[in-house]
Amino acid sequence: MSYQEKKNIVSLISTLLIFSLYSMYVFHMYQEGKFHTTDVFSFWGTFIVILIAVSIAVKIIIYIIFNIIYRITTNEKEPAFSDELDKLIKLKATTISHYVFVGGFFLAMGSLVMDVSPYVMFIILILSGVISEIVGLITEIYLYRRGF
Amino acid sequence: MGKCLINNNIRSLRFNHGEMTQQQLADKVGVTRQTIFAIEKGNYSPSLELAFRIAFVFNLPLEEVFSFDLKNNNPEELN
Repeated sequence: MSYQEKKNIVSLISTLLIFSLYSMYVFHMYQEGKFHTTDVFSFWGTFIVILIAVSIAVKIIIYIIFNIIYRITTNEKEPAFSDELDKLIKLKATTISHYVFVGGFFLAMGSLVMDVSPYVMFIILILSGVISEIVGLITEIYLYRRGF
Repeated sequence: MGKCLINNNIRSLRFNHGEMTQQQLADKVGVTRQTIFAIEKGNYSPSLELAFRIAFVFNLPLEEVFSFDLKNNNPEELN
């Protein structure tokens, strides 16, 4: 298995873990009344901003640990650059990921048109963001495995 | 249009050039080892520039490194 495949699998697992653990944490805090706000928009705004910040910080740490483990286990340095194959695969994965997110965005806006609670709109929006990232990573893993 | 395939004999050429490793070839042409591996396996058709770079490393014309295989197609369709 190549470095890129391993990196994407680690990224996939960390995305799933960060999102599920953070969601469970916020849900737990909300039930205990520690994450209290009367405004729906403020609550979800805080949720999204903290999720993005936590994701970036945790992923940087995970990548550093992954690269150290990769060097130790394989005696190989990670590729220092992206070549034409990496760029093509990234481009295709990003395109598919954007399609998924745009679909989720339309669903979220559709829920507002149908007078559904803003909670639902925000949940659809956040889920579409997470699912689009997962789909992008799976696409990358698939293309590295199958070839381009 | 049928399935187009670009075949190559990079593996045997590497072997004949002092048992050059995939990493050595990758360093010479400026790509990662994984890309050379994908090209050798036939999983990726390289760009024209990369194909020329690989041929240049082996000091051979392009058509001696890569060959074009048009399967299930009438060659007249190309004209």
